[in-house]
Amino acid sequence: MSAWETVIGLEIHAQLATRSKIFSGSATTYGAPPNAQANLVDLGYPGVLPVLNAEAVRMAVKLGLAISARIAPRSVFARKNYFYPDLPKGYQISQYELPIVAGGVLDIQLEDGSSKRVGITRAHLEEDAGKSLHEGLPGVTGIDLNRAGTPLVEIVSEPDMRSAKEAVAYMKKVHTLVRYLEICDGNMQEGSFRCDANVSVRKSGADKFGTRAEIKNLNSFRYIERAINYEVQRQIELIESGGKVVQETRLYDPDKGETRSMRSKEEANDYRYFPDPDLLPVVLEEKFIESVRASLPELPDQKAARFVSQYALSAYDAGVLTASRELADYYENVVREVPQEPKLAANWVMGEFAAALNKDGLDVTSARGKVPPQNLGGLLLRISDQTVSGNVAKVVFATMWSSGALADTVIAEQGLKQITDAAAIERVIDEVMAKSPGQLADYRAGKDKLFGFFVGQVMKATGGKANPAQVNELLLRKLRG
Amino acid sequence: MCGITGLKPTYGRVSRYGMIAFASSLDQAGVLTAGAADAALMLREMAGFDANDSTSVDTPVPDYVATLEQPLAGLKIGLLQEFFDKGLDPENERRVREALQVYEQLGAKLTVVSLPNLPLSVPVYYVVAPAECSSNLARFDGVRFGHRCENPRDLTDLYRRSRGEGFGAEVKRRIMTGTYVLSAGYYDAYYLKAQRVRQLISADFGRAFKDVDVLMGPTTPTPAFAIGAKTADPITMYLNDIYTIGANLAGLPAVSIPCGFVQDLPVGLQIVGPHFSEARILAVAHALQRATDWHTRLPPGYA
Repeated sequence: MSAWETVIGLEIHAQLATRSKIFSGSATTYGAPPNAQANLVDLGYPGVLPVLNAEAVRMAVKLGLAISARIAPRSVFARKNYFYPDLPKGYQISQYELPIVAGGVLDIQLEDGSSKRVGITRAHLEEDAGKSLHEGLPGVTGIDLNRAGTPLVEIVSEPDMRSAKEAVAYMKKVHTLVRYLEICDGNMQEGSFRCDANVSVRKSGADKFGTRAEIKNLNSFRYIERAINYEVQRQIELIESGGKVVQETRLYDPDKGETRSMRSKEEANDYRYFPDPDLLPVVLEEKFIESVRASLPELPDQKAARFVSQYALSAYDAGVLTASRELADYYENVVREVPQEPKLAANWVMGEFAAALNKDGLDVTSARGKVPPQNLGGLLLRISDQTVSGNVAKVVFATMWSSGALADTVIAEQGLKQITDAAAIERVIDEVMAKSPGQLADYRAGKDKLFGFFVGQVMKATGGKANPAQVNELLLRKLRG
Repeated sequence: MCGITGLKPTYGRVSRYGMIAFASSLDQAGVLTAGAADAALMLREMAGFDANDSTSVDTPVPDYVATLEQPLAGLKIGLLQEFFDKGLDPENERRVREALQVYEQLGAKLTVVSLPNLPLSVPVYYVVAPAECSSNLARFDGVRFGHRCENPRDLTDLYRRSRGEGFGAEVKRRIMTGTYVLSAGYYDAYYLKAQRVRQLISADFGRAFKDVDVLMGPTTPTPAFAIGAKTADPITMYLNDIYTIGANLAGLPAVSIPCGFVQDLPVGLQIVGPHFSEARILAVAHALQRATDWHTRLPPGYA
């Protein structure tokens, strides 16, 4: 056991998938020209006022219910005051003392197959700030306020994670959850889903936490793992060489693979939070909360458990298939076509189908256009009724993927139907045996390994279409002589 | 104290959308007119719910003009005991009491009521208002809004000099006070405590309105002082607001009307009503303006 224990807590920022901003009617679409999606409220004009987007509230409540948290009957927006060029009002509207969601939990699956419960302290609503632009603007800084006012939910975990891997597993779980709930598109490149990691180390067995450093703005699973591992190593080396960790904010540099200090605790802002007098407290009635609860979809854990019991899948397979709602739906639509083969369907969806997605860089939704689940199900039906072997099916699938054709069409057009006629297979075996007298003699003299050679020759002669089980059976008999 | 009729509606009665914010929880658009009838005309147009202002209230707007002539018989007027204190100029007090006699003659009943927390209005106001103002004025940082200094060296210099040059002494004083009372370690002692006392003041008013229909008192302790006379002594200057701040903190509607002169300077009578009682206080003000002509008189030198 290591002498040091790592302690990690994450603050995840998830952009809510509302059509308009949290306090204004501007659109939230990503990628618009700078400041094309910023109205008077987003620009912080004197005299304008924020009006809360009810949809953002509904989404936060959805999240809260999905993590078994308390939904605050009354939550309050506060002003977080600081000066920054991309913050036109001079304050960010956030929630401070009374967040909308508090006290939730989420179970994560660890590599050894066990699961671990991570506590979620709170989740609150807030507005995003704008962006400073430097690229292509020599000598000046451009300000783009398209992102200003985009609704965020900040999900703050307890310091419950004990390794970078656990932190990533937690982050992935939250990522899966927000996409299931359809409250965030989860796009990490565009910054829709990102986190700050609070990292500290302590001697194994110590009951007090060490001093923590906060690594800001991590927007990929790989960076989170690398940044945390680097930071843990840095802190351990620092302490072991007689130094002390100072509480500070650090930035991860993905090019150098290291974290560096951004500002110390002493330099930290005093945000002078106070309740925003422009907004009324958010008062939620039980009836509303219950209506949101009724709208919740089947959650990842529930779906995985159902896959295990309904389709007799392993917990691992169920976990992979339910990692996204789209993949899970795809799988279930495939199974609908071949209800007798749930395990075969799982193997194909996680195998050939996932590989094809990866290769072409597609997501499940766009792949539905190429090979809809009904089509894949149609192919598996042909494996199941022995029209094609598993290997030939892969060839068929490749054609289906590139042409969009149905399995039966591809099998017919390319003559890939499996040969199950025993007489026909025997004829081929006879030919092969006649062509390889040497090998035949060796085999009969006890060189059993040559059996594979004969199988290969028969399959080759039939273009891979001979039913493998029949080939085995007939060959064994014929070779014996 | 200005010789005109001033109406501050209930907080939430008139949209704040479009008004540059000073202290958001106190800001409310009012009117300054020659008489209560004009104020009623104006308010009828201004009042009402606005979806752009979350703090505006969605309650029907009555016809303030149609109800101006309500008879006063049976009206219960509460005299604010705390306002007739030693800080009140005796001549000012005489003018106010003369107006109250007119109301008695019109059929109203006078009683004295006490709002024990009301004297705390000024300190509460000078915590809450500067706190909100320090945040509201942050956007005037020279980047997009407000004065921008010449040739800033860097961003911090731009912020510092733009604000230093652009804001006047009283504004700076309030921004600094507000920043201080919201700071870590002082928030509970100042801002939070001020908000609690504010609620006590509101509750005092609420209790008083169980017994009386409107509250009356002087608008200010003394007639107007000369411009700049008290700049060096802000506390005395702030105390001049002592009688009007209470209604503001409680979000109550209030009207101030002229009730005479002291040394040729106008004196104001203040009428405060429960939330959304603008129709009532305007009618009460209008009654005095029908019985007297103070609102039409000008001091010597004005013509």
